[in-house]
Amino acid sequence: MTGWVAANLISVLNGLAIGALLFVLAVGLSLVFGMMDVLNLAHGALFVVGAYVAAALTGGSASWGAFLGALGLAAVIGLLAGGLLSVMTEPLRRRSHLDQALLTLGVALIVAELLQILFGDDPLAVPAPPGLDGSTSIFGAAYPTYRLVLIGVGAVLAVGVWLLVERTTLGALVRATVADRDMVAAIGVDNRRVKITVFALGSLLATVAGVLGGPVYGASVGLDSTVLILALVVVVIGGLGSVRGALVGALVIGQIESLGRALLPDLASFVLFGALALVLVVRPRGLFGGRSGATA
Amino acid sequence: MTALAVEALTAGYDRSTVLSGIDLSVPTGGALGLLGRNGVGKSTLVMTLMGLVSPTSGRVLLDGRDVAGLRPDLIARAGVAIVPQGRRIWASLSVAETLALATRGHGRRWTVDTVLDLLPRLRERLGQQAGQLSGGEQQMLAIARALLTDPALLLLDEPSDGLAPAIVDQISQLLTTLRGEGVTLLLVEQDLHLAFAVCDRIAVMEKGRIVHEVTTAEFRADRATAHRLLGVA
Ligand SMILES: Nc1ncnc2c1ncn2[C@@H]1O[C@H](COP(=O)(O)OP(=O)(O)O)[C@@H](O)[C@H]1O
Ligand SMILES: [Mg+2]
Repeated sequence: MTGWVAANLISVLNGLAIGALLFVLAVGLSLVFGMMDVLNLAHGALFVVGAYVAAALTGGSASWGAFLGALGLAAVIGLLAGGLLSVMTEPLRRRSHLDQALLTLGVALIVAELLQILFGDDPLAVPAPPGLDGSTSIFGAAYPTYRLVLIGVGAVLAVGVWLLVERTTLGALVRATVADRDMVAAIGVDNRRVKITVFALGSLLATVAGVLGGPVYGASVGLDSTVLILALVVVVIGGLGSVRGALVGALVIGQIESLGRALLPDLASFVLFGALALVLVVRPRGLFGGRSGATA
Repeated sequence: MTALAVEALTAGYDRSTVLSGIDLSVPTGGALGLLGRNGVGKSTLVMTLMGLVSPTSGRVLLDGRDVAGLRPDLIARAGVAIVPQGRRIWASLSVAETLALATRGHGRRWTVDTVLDLLPRLRERLGQQAGQLSGGEQQMLAIARALLTDPALLLLDEPSDGLAPAIVDQISQLLTTLRGEGVTLLLVEQDLHLAFAVCDRIAVMEKGRIVHEVTTAEFRADRATAHRLLGVA
C-alpha cells in the first residue's frame, strides 16, 4: 500500500490540490442549497470570473502585487455578485426550485458571453506569483510549488470555514437555518438576511477559488460548466448543507479526478459519475446529509 | 385587554382551504385550550398565527394591532412565540447554541439563566446536541427556545405528544408557572387533563371552524357535548 502511494504520490498530491480547491468552491453552493433550496447554477461562472480577474490583473507576467490584488478584487466582486444573486432569486422563493435554477443558469450564460466578448475565445494563462512558479522536490520527484501552496491555502480556508460554521453564532444561525428555517424565522430572524450573508460569503469563496485555481487551470470560458459539475457532484456526495460533507466530498472527488485521470484516463468521468451513482444508491441524502430537525 | 383576537381568519395550502373563518379571542394572561379531532386545522391555525402559513383573509389582532400577513420574524418581534407540533428543534445544534440563538436581545424578562432555572434538566445537557436529547428534553428545549424570545403570547401545539405522564406533569406545572408570569397561552392538546389543568377556557374546532367555546368548568360538566365533538367521555 505504502509503495503504491509513493509511486502515485504526484497523483495523490494533485488530488489534494483539486480537493482543496473544490472544497472552497463547493461549500458555498452546499450551504445556500441546503439552507434555502436555491440551486445556484451561476456558481461555476463565479469561479471563472475569479480566474479572469487573475488573468487580467497579472497580464501574463508574474507579480505578487497583481496576484494579491486579484484575490482582493475577486473577493469584492464575489461578495457583491452573491448579494445580487440572493436578491434576484428572492421573488422566486415561493416558486419551484427549477425556476430559481433557470434564473441562475441564465445569469451564468450571460456572464460567460460577457467574458467571451471582453477576453476573447482563447484560454488565458495565469502565472503563479514569483517564487511559487518553480518546482519542489518531494521524495525525489519534482512537484509544482504552487500546487503545494494551494493545498496549504485550501487547508487554511477549510479550517477557517469550519470554525466559522461550527464555532460561531453566525455559524449556529446558518446550521439552524439548514435544519429548519421556519423555526429560525419564528425566533425573530429574517431568513433573507441569513441567505444574503451566506450567498455573499459563498460566492466570495467561489471567486477566490477561481483566482487560486488560475495558475493551475488558467482562465477559459468552458471552465465554468466543468467546475460547476464537479462542485455539484461534491455537494450531492457530501450532503446538502453540510460543511463536513463538502470537505469529505471534495477530498474524495479530488482523488477520484486525479487518480482516475492518472490510471484510467479514458474512464475518468465514468469513475466520477460512478462514485456519484454509488453514493446516491447507498445514501440518497449524501454522506452527511439529512435534515432531522423538522421531523417529529 | 385582549392579547389575541382572531376575526374571520381563512387560510390553507396551495389547493385547499383549511381554515374557513376562525373567530376567537384570548384575554391578556388567559389560556385557551384548543381541542379537535385530527386534521381539523388546529396546527394550521397555530402556524397561521405565527405567520408561517399565509392567511387568505381575516384579521389577527395582537393587543389591537393587525399582524395578519406579516412575515413570521416580525410577528415574533411583536411578541408571539411557537412551540410547534413535533418540536422542530434544530437537531444539529447543541442545547447551549440553541439557547444563545433564541436570545435575541429584544426583551429582558427571560434570560438563559431564568429559563434554565425553570427547566433544570436542560442545564445538565447544555453541551449535548439537541438531536440526541430524549423526547421530553427536546420538548423542554422547544419551550425554552420560545420563551427566550420573550413572548407575550405563547402558541403550543400538542406539547404532550408522545411524552411519559411524569413529563406531561412537569409541562403542566411549567405552563401554570408561565401563566403566573402573565404569559398568554393558546394550547392545542389531545391530552384533556393537561388542557383542563392549564386553561381557563376550552374551544373545539371542526373542519376549519371553532364550533364550541366555553369555560373549562362548563366543558367538564357537559360530557355529552365533549363526547359528540371529540369522541371521548
Ligand atoms: N403543509 C401542508 N400542506 C398541505 N396540506 C396540509 C399541510 N399541513 C396540513 N395540511 C392539511 O390541512 C388539514 C389540517 O391539518 P392540520 O392543521 O395539521 O390539522 P390538525 O392539527 O388539527 O390535526 C389536513 O387536511 C392536512 O392534510
Ligand atoms: Mg396538528
